[in-house]
Amino acid sequence: MPDYQNIFTRVQVRAAPYPGVPMEGGSSVRQGPPIFNYWLGKIGDAQLGPVYLGWLGLASLLCFFVAIEIIGLNMAASVNWNPLEFLRQLPWLALEPPSPEYGLHLPPLDKGGWWLMAGFFLTASILLWWVRMYRRARALGLGLHTTWAFASAIWLYLVLGFIRPLLMGSWSEAVPFGIFPHLDWTAAFSIRYGNLFYNPFHMLSIAFLYGSTLLFAMHGATILAVSRLGGEREIEQIVDRGTASERASLFWRWTMGFNATMESIHRWAWWFAVLCPLTGGIGILLTGTVVDNWYLWGVKHGIAPPYPPANPGGIDPASLPPGGL
Amino acid sequence: MFGNDRLGPGIRWVALAFGLAALAGCDQYPPVESVQQGYRGTGMASIDDPETLAARRAAAVAPAPLPAVPGGGPKAGAVYQNVQVLKDLDVAQFGRLMASMTAWVSPDKGCTYCHAAGNFADDSLYTKTVARRMIQMTQHLNSRWSTHVGQTGVTCYTCHGGQHIPANTWARDAGPTRRSHVAGNRAGQNAPARSVGYASLPFDPFERYLRNATNIQVNAPQALPTKPKHATNIMDAEHTYGLMMHMSEGLGVNCTFCHNSRAFANWEESRPQRTTAWYGIRMVRSANEEYIQPLASVFPPNRLGPQGDPLKVNCATCHQGLNKPLNGAQMVKDYPELAAAEGGHVVRRYAQ
Repeated sequence: MPDYQNIFTRVQVRAAPYPGVPMEGGSSVRQGPPIFNYWLGKIGDAQLGPVYLGWLGLASLLCFFVAIEIIGLNMAASVNWNPLEFLRQLPWLALEPPSPEYGLHLPPLDKGGWWLMAGFFLTASILLWWVRMYRRARALGLGLHTTWAFASAIWLYLVLGFIRPLLMGSWSEAVPFGIFPHLDWTAAFSIRYGNLFYNPFHMLSIAFLYGSTLLFAMHGATILAVSRLGGEREIEQIVDRGTASERASLFWRWTMGFNATMESIHRWAWWFAVLCPLTGGIGILLTGTVVDNWYLWGVKHGIAPPYPPANPGGIDPASLPPGGL
Repeated sequence: MFGNDRLGPGIRWVALAFGLAALAGCDQYPPVESVQQGYRGTGMASIDDPETLAARRAAAVAPAPLPAVPGGGPKAGAVYQNVQVLKDLDVAQFGRLMASMTAWVSPDKGCTYCHAAGNFADDSLYTKTVARRMIQMTQHLNSRWSTHVGQTGVTCYTCHGGQHIPANTWARDAGPTRRSHVAGNRAGQNAPARSVGYASLPFDPFERYLRNATNIQVNAPQALPTKPKHATNIMDAEHTYGLMMHMSEGLGVNCTFCHNSRAFANWEESRPQRTTAWYGIRMVRSANEEYIQPLASVFPPNRLGPQGDPLKVNCATCHQGLNKPLNGAQMVKDYPELAAAEGGHVVRRYAQ
């Protein structure tokens, strides 16, 4: 009897390698003889390969490589090619977008040109990978759920680095490539636009983000908990409810009065995950273009609760006459 | 977790005990002292490590003033030659101030750190020229900037702390040197810099804000965009953030010492300390731009920063990690001559 109360997968099925379903005409064959790896089997399928790369995959990887090279070599140049300093300072290093005075014009390579180039290749890579996902899903006769879910993440990426800077008329509004620098950008973005927490689409995005983790935990836990009763055959149990499905449903009805079904829980999870970057992207897109100060917008629309002032009557000293020293 | 038959119960208990032992120290380090400073729910609290705070307090103790001397004697200008700033001060009080200044700035070298031995009227040492200007600066700060220094005031000791050069100063920072001219531009940021609390924020907030009067406030004053656009951008916010990191480090306080972090720009939601800090920024600009920068040609090269500008003041120069320099000791009340309005000097006011 397989035991699922473990963080690692306890069952490894070993048989002749499975080559995959026959391909439709026009697709090249999958590459590489499959191998088995015991430790890979601990977290997933022990079979590795064959891999389908294709022209789209190859082009995407190439573009990704170029983008990472541009970013990495710029970081390395900023520490004078010292590998030790590169490692030591890596969290601080970045490739910065052009500064504000360039607007949407092409800056010199060293003043943001590299950033534009890296952004172009990274975007090309991501879009090519998206087309590849679409075509692979079609080739296997799958629905396009993963394709559209990835598109949702790409939407947020494009809003941050391309669409919003375009609307704002300045590449400098975009995110730098770097570990701490992109986090500092995030904080500065919220500060400049008067606190992103009062942005309703930011609120929605956070709700879907946290909701996704909650749903993921609830669903994973439920299926593992009823696997000894056959619960891992959840797709069959959508239409043919067995005792695992019944007990799982009963458990949630008892504890919270309502239960999802073996089918609907996957729709819940998909929509939560997809809506997280979708709403987040809308929130970013509205910032600076439609709303300039989210806190004041929140006050205007009754979202920001009034607190007793910490300094009643406090005013900007700059508004006082200069003789008031 | 306990469904695995291969582990005996003993091993589980040992593992559990080991895990708890590993976490046991977590409630002690670092010790945290939290004091509510604003309306409940706003998160306005000071967070301090009492041990490091105590160390900073202990390191910033004002020296006892020299015994007061009666006035009524002749003026210093009438007794000594070449007294320019304090010539109307009583000669005994003048001597007391000189003795105090020696203890505050140059206890090791004594009078000759500034004065040529044998001829105290001589101006040949650069330190004397600087000291004369610094007395004027101190008078200026105490008489014109009570909006920031209040009745506490500043003396030489506030910054110098018994050293020739104050422990916390700044000079223009061009950033780490870079050999390549085609790649690797840090754009004035993205280096682990102490000046901004080791964030990757722009690492020289001082030239921009504490010498030049660059606008610090970045928020738009109304909810919706206007035409023309509110002229600040995200990069401005990063610069401001860098300055705020310095102020936070320099004063040993967190953001909510001044601000309600939900609305950094709002003055009514900010604590009154923010207004004090606002004047402080202008005061420091005045000290740097009107008193220290003009001395650039007076200092010898070894006293200048890497870019050839003099070492200037920022918040940490006086505050040294405390929101009240020298724990709030009112040194100036024992040296009223340092609070006299400086004679004949044109005061430039900073409206912004």
